[in-house]
Amino acid sequence: MTTLLICVVIILSVIFIARSIRVMELISELKPKDDVQEQHKENKWNARILLLFLIVMFIYFGYQTFSYAKYLLPVSASKEGAISDKMLWINFAVIGFVFVCTQILLFWFGYRYMYQKGKKAFFFTHNNKLEFYWTAVPTVVLLGLIGYGLKVWYDIMLKPVPENKMVIEIYARQFDFTARYAGKDNQLGYAYFKLIDGPNRLGIDSTDKASHDDILTTELHLPVNQPILLKMRSQDVIHSTYMPHFRVQMNNVPGMTTQFCFTPTITTEEMRKITKNPKFDYIMVCNKVCGAAHFGMKMNVVVESPEQFNQWLGGQQTFIASMRQQKSTMAMK
Amino acid sequence: MNPEQQETLVQANETNGHLHTHGDNHDEGYYWSEEWWKHHGAHQPNSFWTKYVFSQDHKVISKQFLITAIVMAVVAMALSTFFRLQLGWPGQSFKILSFFLGKWAPNGVMAPDFYLSAITIHGTIMVFFVLTGGLSGTFSNLLIPLQVGARDMVSGFLNMLSFWFFFVSSCIMLLSLFIETGAASGGWTVYPPLSALPQAIAGSGLGMTLWLVSMVLFIFSALLGGINYVSTVLNARTKGMTMWRLPLTIWAFLVTAILGILSFPVLVGCMLLLIFDRGLGTSFYLSDIFINGQALHYSGGSPILYQHLFWFLGHPEVYIVLLPALGITSEVISVNARKPIFGYKAMVYSILVIGFLSFIVWGHHMFVTGMSPFLGSVFVFTTLLVAIPSAVKVFNYLATLWKANIQLTPAMLFAIGVVSFFISGGLTGLILANSALDINIHDTYFVVAHFHIVMGSSAIFGMFAGVYHWFPKMFGKMMNRKLGYAHFWLTIVSVYGVFFPMHFIGLSGVPRRYYSNESFAMFDSLTSINQVISLFAFLGAIAQFIFIFNFFYSMFRGRKATQNPWKANTLEWTTPVEHYHGNWTGAVPVVHRWPYDYGKPDGKKEDYIPQTVPLDPGEKDGGGH
Ligand code: HEM
Ligand SMILES: [Cu+2]
Ligand SMILES: [Cu+2]
Repeated sequence: MTTLLICVVIILSVIFIARSIRVMELISELKPKDDVQEQHKENKWNARILLLFLIVMFIYFGYQTFSYAKYLLPVSASKEGAISDKMLWINFAVIGFVFVCTQILLFWFGYRYMYQKGKKAFFFTHNNKLEFYWTAVPTVVLLGLIGYGLKVWYDIMLKPVPENKMVIEIYARQFDFTARYAGKDNQLGYAYFKLIDGPNRLGIDSTDKASHDDILTTELHLPVNQPILLKMRSQDVIHSTYMPHFRVQMNNVPGMTTQFCFTPTITTEEMRKITKNPKFDYIMVCNKVCGAAHFGMKMNVVVESPEQFNQWLGGQQTFIASMRQQKSTMAMK
Repeated sequence: MNPEQQETLVQANETNGHLHTHGDNHDEGYYWSEEWWKHHGAHQPNSFWTKYVFSQDHKVISKQFLITAIVMAVVAMALSTFFRLQLGWPGQSFKILSFFLGKWAPNGVMAPDFYLSAITIHGTIMVFFVLTGGLSGTFSNLLIPLQVGARDMVSGFLNMLSFWFFFVSSCIMLLSLFIETGAASGGWTVYPPLSALPQAIAGSGLGMTLWLVSMVLFIFSALLGGINYVSTVLNARTKGMTMWRLPLTIWAFLVTAILGILSFPVLVGCMLLLIFDRGLGTSFYLSDIFINGQALHYSGGSPILYQHLFWFLGHPEVYIVLLPALGITSEVISVNARKPIFGYKAMVYSILVIGFLSFIVWGHHMFVTGMSPFLGSVFVFTTLLVAIPSAVKVFNYLATLWKANIQLTPAMLFAIGVVSFFISGGLTGLILANSALDINIHDTYFVVAHFHIVMGSSAIFGMFAGVYHWFPKMFGKMMNRKLGYAHFWLTIVSVYGVFFPMHFIGLSGVPRRYYSNESFAMFDSLTSINQVISLFAFLGAIAQFIFIFNFFYSMFRGRKATQNPWKANTLEWTTPVEHYHGNWTGAVPVVHRWPYDYGKPDGKKEDYIPQTVPLDPGEKDGGGH
C-alpha cells in the first residue's frame, strides 16, 4: 500500500514539474526576453558555483583525510609492508600535489575566464617548448616512481627466500581457510585433490613421509621476526589470502600453488598497545569473490613470541596422529 | 530493404573515394555531389518500419542506441541503489527491496546471492551496455558521418544489424535477472572456476549461460559497429577533409573502434572456451577441483589463462569506454571555450599512444594472481608509461581553458567534470600500477574508487556532455538549460561524495564484492562512512531523473533548435535541422580548414570560422603555422 502511494506521489510530482516548466516557458514566450542576456547571467552563476565547488570540495576532502585517518590500517606488522608503506606515502605526496594543482587550475580557469561579450579568446594553438616540458617532467617523475617501485617489488617478491624460512600452507575452500604447518622437517607432504576423503580434507598423501609431521590448524599462529613462506592452494574456486595488517596478499588458485614470503615484526600483544584496542586481532580475509558466503570467509591470525608459538604448536596434533585417531574412532563405531 | 535503399548502399560502397575501383559511370565525387541528392534525396524512407525501427540511417540508429542505453542505465542504477541500501544498513529490512526484488529479498533484506548478481549485472551493464554500446553506438554513429561529411555509414545495413544485435543482447541480459537460479554472480569479470561451476554458486547455472550468450551477441554488435566506423572515417570523408582536419571526436572514435576490433575477438575466444568448459567438459580453465564432496574430472587447465585472455580485452576495453568521452570533451571544451584546442597534434598522438599502450598493460590486473613476479615488473613499466600521454592530455585541456572565453553550458560543465575525474582517477592509477603497492590494495574498495572515478564517472560525464551538446542535432530541439545545471551540480557532488571516501575504506583493507562487513570487527567503525556514501548514491540517482525528464520532455516540448546553436565549426552544424537520409540536401560541403578556428584574430566580428569557409589568401590552416 505504501509503495503504491509512493508511486502515485512520484508520478504526480513528475506531472507537476512538467506542467510548471511548461507554464514557465509559456510565460517566458509571452514577455520576450533576451536569451543571450539570460544565458550570460546563468554563466556568471555557474562560474561562481565552480569556484565554490572547488573550495567546498577541498574542505570536504581535507576533512576526510584527517578524520578518516584513524580508520586506516595501523603500521605495517611485517618487514615487507613497512617498506611498501613508506613508498605508498611518498607516492601519495606526489599525486596529492599534482591533484591539488591541477584541480585548482581547472576550476579556477573555469571561473576566471567566463564569457564576456565581444571579447575574443586568446588564439593559442600550441607551443612546442611548453609541451616539451610538460611531457618531459612527468616522464622523469614517472621513471623515478617506476624505478623505486620495481626495487621494492624485487625486495618483496623476487628476492631469494631466506634459508631459515618456515613453510606454511594456506589451503582455501568454500568458505574457510586451513593452515598446514610443515612440521619439523619443514617440508609439506604431497597432496592431491583426488585424495580428498572425509577427514583428510586437504587430500594429503599419508604414504609420503614428509606429511606425517604436518600439522593442520584452523588458526594461523606465527612466531615474530621469523621469515614465513606461505604456500597457497585452493580446493574449488579462486580465493585470495589477504592479511591487510601485514600488507600480504596472494590468490589461492585451484590447480596450482602460489606463494608469498614475509616476516611478521609485531606481536598481537604489541599491536594491541599500538592501536590502543585491547580486542585487536590480526585477521586473514578472503579477497576474491568465491561464492555466496564469500563475505564471511576468514581465519584468525596470532603473532607471538617464538616460545609461545612453540608451545602452541606443540599442543596441536600432527596429521598422522589425527588420521590414526580418526581411524580408531571409526573402528570403534 | 527496398530497392532504392539497396541502391544507396551500393552507391555508397562503390563511389567513396578509395573504394572506387570498378568503372561505373559516376565520377569520383558523385557520392558527395548535388546529383547524388537529386537522384536519391526524393526517396526518403517513409513507412514507420523503415523510418523508425529497421532504419539504416545512422542518425536514427544513434538515437536507438541512446534510448536503449538509457533504459539499461536506469536498470543498472536501480540495482546499485538496492545494494547501496544493503551496504549502508546491512541486514536491515526495507519495504522497497521486498517490493522490487520479491523472493530475492526475504523480509526486505537482500539475499547474499542476489547481492552478487546485482553487482555483476550492474557492472556488466554499465561497462558494456551503457559505456561501450551506448556511448560509441550513440556518438560514433551520430557524429562520424556528420563530421567527416558522409551521407551515411559505408554500410547502413551492417550498422542496422549492429543495433539489433545490441538490442537482443540487452534483452537477454535483462531477462537473466528474472530466472529461478538468479543472474550471473561472479562479478563483471566472471572469473572461472566460480563462473564455470553451478555447484559453486547458483548464478553460474542458467544465469551465467544467458550472460555468455548475451555477451557474444554484444561483441558481434560491437564488431559490426566498429568495422563500419573505421571504414567510414577512412573512406567516406568529404573533399578537403584530410586526417589532420578531423575533429578530435572522430580521432577518438576511430582509435576506439580499432581497439574494439583488435580486442573483442579475443574476448569471444575467451568466452567460447568458457562455454566449452561449462558445456562440453573441456579443461581450458579448470583443473584439480573438488567441490560438493566430489572430485571433478578437469585437469591441466588454468584459471590464470582466462584472466590473461579476459584482461587482454579488459584493459583496452577501459579505453574503449574512456576515449570517446575524451573526444567529446575535447570538442565541447573547444567550442564552449571559444578557443582552439591546445596542441591538436599532441592530442592526436596521445590518443594513438594510449591506444597502443593499452594493449600491453593488461597484466596489471594480475599482480597477485600467481603470475610470475618478473612478468609483473614488465607490466608495471608499461602501465606507468600510460600516464605520460594522459598527463599531456590533461595539461592540454588546462591550456585550452587558459585565457579562454568560456560559455558554461550544461555540456561544458560536464566536460569540465570529465577532466576533473580523469585527473583524480588517473592519479590513483599510479598507485595501483605500482605492483608492490597493489599487493595490499588489489581487490579492495580503493580499486572500486579508482575505476568508478576514472572510467565510470568520466565516461558517463562525457556521455552527458555529448547528449547536452548534440541534442539539438539529434532531435531538433533544445534541452532545458536550468535543469541541465541542476543535473550537473547534483551529479558531480554525488560522484565525489560516493567515490572519494571509498579510497579510505580501501586503505582500511575492506575487500570489494562483500555483501556485508559485519563479520569483521575491524570494519565496524566504517559503517557511518558507508551510510554517507549510500546517501550520496541516492542523491545521485535522484539527480538522474532530472536528466531523464529533461531528455524526454525536451524531445517533444523543447524549444526549437537553430541550425548552429553553439556557433561551432564542424560539419554537422551545416546540415538542416530536419533530418534527411543522406544528411545534406544538396552537395556535401567541401572542407577548407581544421575544425578549431575559434577566436582567430582576423578582425572579423564573429569568433568562429566554420570548416567550410575557404582560407583567406595568405591565411594558414591549423592555427597558422
Ligand atoms: C594513469 C592511468 C591508469 C593507471 C596507471 C591504471 C592502473 C590500474 C591498475 C593497476 C588497476 C588494477 C588494480 C587492481 O585490480 O588491483 C586498475 C584497475 C582498473 N582500472 Fe585503471 N589505471 C589507469 C587509468 C584507467 C582508466 C583511464 C580507466 C578507464 C577508462 C581505468 C579503468 C580501470 C578499471 C575498470 C579497473 C578495475 C577492473 C576490475 O578489477 O574490475 N583505469 N587500473
Ligand atoms: Cu573465498
Ligand atoms: Cu587495466
